[in-house]
Order: sequence, then structure tokens, then C-alpha cells
Amino acid sequence: MRVRTESILPYSLLAPTLIFITLLIVVPIFQAFLLAFQTADGEFTLTQFEKMIADTSFADALKFTFLLLIFIVPAQVVLALVMALLIHTRFKGHTFFLYIYALPLAISDLAAGIVWLAIFTERGFLNSGLFQLGLLERPFLFLSYQNLPALFSTLIIAESWRATAIVMVILLAGLQVIPRDYFEAADVFGANTLKRTLFVVLPLLRPSLQNALIIRTIFAFQTFAVVLALAGRVIPVLTGEAYNWYALNRNANIAAAYSTLVLIFTVIATVVYFRLLRTSTAEAGFD
Amino acid sequence: MAGIQFQSIRKIFGKTLAANDVSLEIKDGEFMVLLGPSGCGKTTLLRCLAGLERVDGGRVLIGARDVTELAPRDRKIAMVFQSYAVFPHLTVFDNIAFGLQMQSRPRDEIKRRVEDGARLLELSDYLARYPAQLSGGQRQRVAVARAIVMQAAVLLMDEPLSNLDALLRLQMRAELKRLHQEIKATTIYVTHDQVEALSLGDRIAVMQNGRIVQCDAPMNIYDYPANKFVGGFIGTPPMNFLPGVVRVNEGKPIAAVGESHIAPSVALASALIEKNGQPILLGIRPENLALASAQHANTIRARVLVVEPLGSHKLLTVQVGAEISKVSVAPDQRVAPNDDVWLHFDPEKIRWMDAATGDAIHPG
Repeated sequence: MRVRTESILPYSLLAPTLIFITLLIVVPIFQAFLLAFQTADGEFTLTQFEKMIADTSFADALKFTFLLLIFIVPAQVVLALVMALLIHTRFKGHTFFLYIYALPLAISDLAAGIVWLAIFTERGFLNSGLFQLGLLERPFLFLSYQNLPALFSTLIIAESWRATAIVMVILLAGLQVIPRDYFEAADVFGANTLKRTLFVVLPLLRPSLQNALIIRTIFAFQTFAVVLALAGRVIPVLTGEAYNWYALNRNANIAAAYSTLVLIFTVIATVVYFRLLRTSTAEAGFD
Repeated sequence: MAGIQFQSIRKIFGKTLAANDVSLEIKDGEFMVLLGPSGCGKTTLLRCLAGLERVDGGRVLIGARDVTELAPRDRKIAMVFQSYAVFPHLTVFDNIAFGLQMQSRPRDEIKRRVEDGARLLELSDYLARYPAQLSGGQRQRVAVARAIVMQAAVLLMDEPLSNLDALLRLQMRAELKRLHQEIKATTIYVTHDQVEALSLGDRIAVMQNGRIVQCDAPMNIYDYPANKFVGGFIGTPPMNFLPGVVRVNEGKPIAAVGESHIAPSVALASALIEKNGQPILLGIRPENLALASAQHANTIRARVLVVEPLGSHKLLTVQVGAEISKVSVAPDQRVAPNDDVWLHFDPEKIRWMDAATGDAIHPG
């Protein structure tokens, strides 16, 4: 009886999560695949993808998605690393900053987008502040389609603010499981802060960096609400196009094709990170 | 090469005084062992020397340099950590070379010194391996090699053998002693293992509650413990302590232990006369007690409870009055449980202690 309970127990504990994931994630993914690869009669087809590529916004959406990724991911990882290293020094009052840094985690991305809209808009906080300080004579149009670099910059700032916290939390957690002896050994053997970070901390942090990069890149491919709030369709992104095809054009098939494309990119990125940051078998101790 | 001075070191963690005005001078080239139970402040003292803890008071000098305010990397020290702290992402070569690389030494010099260090610790065949591919003992050697290639004036070791199994520990202990004879760096070695301390130290500083209780050569600490704590901490089994009362008969002091009388050495007599009527402790090591078949001078009645043959000697557990004592006798000694025996005390080997303070009584 006891043996039976023990063999069933782990599965019963896993069951709720499995059911949840199956119903809300696995099933919809397959449905999306079906939508993307099937005609209305249920036959296999690639026409949805042909239509997607022929879409006028497709090239721009692809371009801006990758541009955002290229700017945001490195910026966030560096920023989050600096923040995590700072918190990890446990300076006086570091918990206060930890809470401040982690605050955006609690805010939904659409809400974040609206907050930044309130900041960057023509009569927003930034413009009125600069105006009151006498730095501006009339409002600067951050969010104008006529000034794409400015508009794009606001996206990077807003996204960085919103999603750096999760990267920092992952890196900080990674830092905290590294035994302090390694840092102390580096200190005793003559490493200054920079050398210690480069030659000891970063290599030991590699597993966490890998996780952070994967999660952050997946999120970057999925950037949506912030872009929608700040740039509307002036700067199209892949997920935004999926949304438009589904909600505005009522074409679930092309929307699914966009989603599938995002999924493929995500998988490729994950595989690349795993290969680049892999611990060699020798280092891991398997000869 | 350099000597070390701790001058009134004070370190507080919350409400605990980890180091309470500790002063200690270590000579150039000396092997000093800091010995004590966990929480006695020995590791704290070492970390204050390394610069890994800031002192709350006092100065630390290495050679003539006051290093109290210096960062660890500026103190010209090398250290072996208890956990080894061998970097898992670096090969054995790069681990040993780490300190030299941080100093930006020329490549060929690094290579030469790493290879020398690896030879000294028999790691030459493993230079290309990663720590995860090594055994615990080999990893420990890497940690030692990394420290000695620095040729630092001061070598610090924080319980370096505590994570090894018993046999390996025995081996490495002798190895470390040989190494010190070869490189002659001033070494500070922290341990809670009194055998390690006796075997390695030129001198041992025994610590308790953030203070150094006694600092002396190993055999002096063993034979003449400064107090009950030191006598009880050092030696396996530890020193026996028998309570008695000082009586002075015709100007000669003796200790009355139960029915029996134990006489002190001549040198102690005058100091003991002053303690007439006071309770004292007779500290004596198991090997300084002998079995006698009949009552003589300096014998006490005892009953054998347990006999443990340990190869090189027999260890007896005996009851003396209400006290339990350990006696070490020759392996061929004929003795059985429940034997009533006489224990003979070698007067020269008894450590007389004040029963109230536990401190040894010194010749007046």
C-alpha cells in the first residue's frame, strides 16, 4: 500500500500543473498550428504563410521586431547585471533598491505602456517637466511618425523599464547561489572588482545568464502591448500583426501563421543560447 | 617573508564578540596554528588578517606594514579555503595560475611557476583537467598549489583538511608539514582538530570565546595546559580532572582525594601552602596514570569499568570516587572489568588547577 502511494504521489502532485499546461498552452499551440497550416477544408497548405509574407506590413514587422530585440536584450542584460551586482554587494539600504528595481514586475505590460504614454505624449510629464525647467519652448513630439528614431527610442526605454526587473531577479538569484568563497578567493588572489566580475563572477553566472537571455529574448519576440500603446501601428511588430489579423481583419489563419513564425524564432534563439553558453562536458565533470 | 602582529584585535558580529582584544605575534617563517572549538573566533581572526573581515578595533601588521585598512589583494597573502574555492570554470592550470595572472606576470614565468607548484603537489598530470574531474583530495591540492605559487609572505589556511576523509587527511597533514619545511612561508593555520594542531604547529594558539587562552609550543600546551579548558580540549582522550582539597600537614601540602593523598612536586609546594583548605583539580593525562597492585605514596583506589584494547595500548575507563577517568596502559597489562586497582599518579606530570577558576597553579 505504502509503495503504491509513493509511486502515485509525484504524479498526482504534478497533475494539476500538467492539466493546466495542456489545456491552456499545449492545446492552443496545436490549434494555432492547425490554423496556420490548414485550409478551411482541413487540407495541408502553405498559403497562409504566403499571404503573411505578401502582407505590406510583414517586412517592417520583421525588421522592427529584430531591431527591438537587438537593442533591448543586450541593454537589459547589462543593466540587469549591474543592478544585480550592486544589490549583491549588500550595501546599506540595498533591500529598498531591490524593491524599487522589482516594482515593474508587478505591472502588466499594457499598463506599463500607458504609463510611458503619459510620460512621452505631447503634453505628457516629460514635455511639461522640460518646459517648466525652461529647457523646451514647445513640446517635443516623441511619439510622432515623422520622428521614427525618437519613437523607437521611447519603445526601448519603456520596454527596458518594464522587463529589466525579471532579468535582474534571475541574475540576482544566480549570484546568490554562488558560494561567497569564490568571490573571496578572487579578492585574496589579487582580482580587482572588474577582473573579479569578468573572470570569476560572469563565468560562474553562466547558467543564470543563459536562462535570463532565453526568457528575455522570448519576451522580446512577444513585445506587444507597450508598442501598441506608444506607437500604435507606426512601428509594426510580429505579435502586433498577429493581433491585427485576428482582431481587425478577422483572419485567424494568417494570425496563426504570424504566431507560428514567432514560435519558430523563439525555438531557434533558445537552441542558439544553449549551444553558445553550454558548459563543456569536461567542465561539468563527465569525461 | 614577514612576521605578523595582531594588536588588540576586536571584532563584533551583532552581539557576539568574535575577537576580544586579541594580541598575537607570529615570527617570520613560523607555522602558527589557531586552535579552538567552533565559534571561538579562530576563523574570524584569520579573516581579519586576510582582509575578508574589517576589524572593529586594533591593528594588523604584516612585516612592518600596517595592513588594517588594505583590501585583501593588497596584503600580499595567499590563502587556502576550507571549501577550497577552486574555480569550477577554470582548468587546474588556470586555477593555479589565477593569482599570477591577476598580477599580469609574463606568460613564461606563469607557466614555469605553475609547473613547479604542480610538481610539488603531484598535479602535473592533471593540469588540463577541470576541478569537477578531480577527487576531493586532488581539488584540495589545487587549492594549496594556487596559494603557494604566489610565493606570498604569508600563507593562510582555513581548516584545509576538514573536508577530506580520515586517511587522506593523515597523508595531507604530513604533506603540508613537508611543504612548509620547503617553502618556509609564515603560515597561519586554523583548525579545530587538536591532533592537526599538535602535528603541524611550531606554536599553537588555543582560543576560546574570542580570546587566546594559551599560546605555546605544542608539547608545552600538551604537558602544561594553562587551564582546564585547554587540558580538556587537547589530547585523545582528554586530560582527567580529579577534584580534591588542599591540606597542609607539618608545612607540607598534599591534595586529599577521597581517602588518598597526592603530593605535589617540590616546586609547587610553596604555592599550594597558600591554598590550604581550598578545593583544587588534579589534571593528569591518561598515559601518566599507572596501575599499582598495592597502595603506595600517590596512589588512589579505583575500579575498572571498561577495558578497550587499542593495539598500541589499552584504554581503561575507571571509577575514582564519583569521577570517571581514562587510563592508558601497556597492551600486555593484565586487567579486567570490575578489578579493584590502585592508580599511581606521577607527581611531576600532575597539573594542579584552582577548582574555582580552572586556571593552572604556578610555582610561587
